[in-house]
Amino acid sequence: MAEKRVERIAGRGCVLRGSDIDTDRIIPARYLRCVSFEGLGEHAFEDDRTQAKGNHPLDDDRFAGASILIAGENFGCGSSREHAPQSLMRFGFDAFIGASFAEIFAGNCTALGLPCVTLEPEDLSLLMDTVELDPGQEVAIDLEARTITSRAGTMAAGIRDGTRQQLLDGTWNAVSVLLEAGDAIERAAERLPYLGDFSR
Amino acid sequence: MSPPKSLFDKVWDAHRVRELPDGQTQLFIGLHLIHEVTSPQAFAMLGEMGLPVRFPKRTFATVDHIIPTDSQLRPLSDPLAEEMIQALEQSCREHDVALFDPASGLQGIVHVIGPELGLTQPGTTIACGDSHTSTHGAFGAIAFGIGTSQVRDVLTTQCLALARPQVRRIDVTGKLGQGVYAKDVILTIIRRLGVKGGVGYAYEYGGAVIEHMTLEERLTLCNMSIEGGARVGYVNPDAATFDYLRDREFSPGGEAFDRAVEWWRSMSSDPQAGFDDRVDLEGGEIEPTVTWGINPGQNCGVTEALPSPQQSREEERASIAEALAFMEFKPGAPIAGTPIDVAFIGSCTNGRISDLREASRVAKTGKVKPSVRTFVVPGSQAVARQAEEEGLDQVFREAGFDWREPGCSMCLAMNPDKLVGREISASSSNRNFKGRQGSPRGRTLLMSPAMVAAAAIHGRVVDVREIL
Repeated sequence: MAEKRVERIAGRGCVLRGSDIDTDRIIPARYLRCVSFEGLGEHAFEDDRTQAKGNHPLDDDRFAGASILIAGENFGCGSSREHAPQSLMRFGFDAFIGASFAEIFAGNCTALGLPCVTLEPEDLSLLMDTVELDPGQEVAIDLEARTITSRAGTMAAGIRDGTRQQLLDGTWNAVSVLLEAGDAIERAAERLPYLGDFSR
Repeated sequence: MSPPKSLFDKVWDAHRVRELPDGQTQLFIGLHLIHEVTSPQAFAMLGEMGLPVRFPKRTFATVDHIIPTDSQLRPLSDPLAEEMIQALEQSCREHDVALFDPASGLQGIVHVIGPELGLTQPGTTIACGDSHTSTHGAFGAIAFGIGTSQVRDVLTTQCLALARPQVRRIDVTGKLGQGVYAKDVILTIIRRLGVKGGVGYAYEYGGAVIEHMTLEERLTLCNMSIEGGARVGYVNPDAATFDYLRDREFSPGGEAFDRAVEWWRSMSSDPQAGFDDRVDLEGGEIEPTVTWGINPGQNCGVTEALPSPQQSREEERASIAEALAFMEFKPGAPIAGTPIDVAFIGSCTNGRISDLREASRVAKTGKVKPSVRTFVVPGSQAVARQAEEEGLDQVFREAGFDWREPGCSMCLAMNPDKLVGREISASSSNRNFKGRQGSPRGRTLLMSPAMVAAAAIHGRVVDVREIL
């Protein structure tokens, strides 16, 4: 049950400045009151956008149709809610570039086939400036080559080896890989004393 | 002789199913806890794949996030909440998963009931679709907060695909002063190491201060590991851990308990275990701590003043300025004296019986300021029963606090318990993010339960050490 291989993502960028942007801001908790992820796209960053009165990057006409969100440090910190990447994906983002990402958020993105790639601070700052000046340009993430190319040039991009391999191989939906272990799972359970010797 | 290992190494190795082609590890999960908010989509995916729950006896469910705290009579007055609870009930019935609902008498916040039922045990791996799963590390478990796709992975395979983190040992030495709690310790650690300092790390907490903590205090400590960026945080199990686990509903009984203790003890970090990083903190220097900003690392001691962007390091200036603007606080102003509108005591961080006892000591010293709305929300039905047996509910009521039914409540405001407009809360919960407590422009000051009770009585932030 391999999924599509994610090798290269190219599109327009949307620059969202600021560090430590948490998942409550990405999707407020009231939108977790649902039994399906459908319809979450329209609520991405809802409260920030309301307070910005049209001046939020997600409402900026220059970034309309962008498919790559360019963020700062520690993007996606806080809650483990998969509703956060789900809402951004449904809004139209296929990938995230940032200085760093919170661990659970990045894992949730991988599980949806959405790469989170990092840039060194100077490169990120240059990319943000370039995209803000010229939002129509193409930003391309090449996972094979580990690069991000834009009119600011080609920059070295960071992504953890395992995650990169999952995306390149189309095995980012971990369940199919995990199922392949077969009864090795039951054998692992049998080795654990708390599931046998002193289980209850 | 095998080389010395940390608890993290031992637990990881004991639960390894296999190495995956992409370099990650397939790790067996000994205990899977689920709740109504992050599981329905996972059960739907299970249905689409036509797969059963692989280890239904190692899966336990409760309802906590969306449940109201005024009345939990069914059907719930909120139709969406009722729908989500019914979805969970149906999934649990279909897949033969135990559900601790309000009728069971065992319901509560998932990270409160796991330990109190004895489900949370040393040396185990635990997963739950909630970032505060790190809480369970207090018992020497390795516990991962996961998203919904990973909830599906655990339901279908009882496994996670994970990259092995590094381990950072954090020693808190010395002795805490009176009126200083585990909450203050973890807030200080987060301030020191930063909200992203723990990304890629598991935190092992140790040192005299941690060793002297009760299990409930260790739960508070490990709970907020994720607020420092560390997905996993733990304390090595010791005699206090084993005493806590004796005679719990799901603890081993009789001779099996002794065999369990032997194994639990063997899973502790070896004395010479190496760590990827080490940090030391002096416990005696920690003050009652209050957040002033929009992430948990933006905090200070109650006698300190707020920072000024101009006098801060360049890389912090923008976020300090953003936080002060959102909070409408002045640079350099003291945090003590800040007026509050709402007081919330509860959550998976600080909703346990010892938290209520400490807060009730303060509640005995006065009456809630009439302008302050209050919520005292026990972490579980068992906590509520214990508190009522001790008469704590009466202490709170007599002081003017609103005594509620168990749930997550105003920690994340998925139920009707919310801030309104620009209200400022003194909150014993774990996150002060913009909008976290239900009003997009609402403001949160995180602090210990005793500090919250003191703020409720005085209508402003005060130093609880002057009251106790």
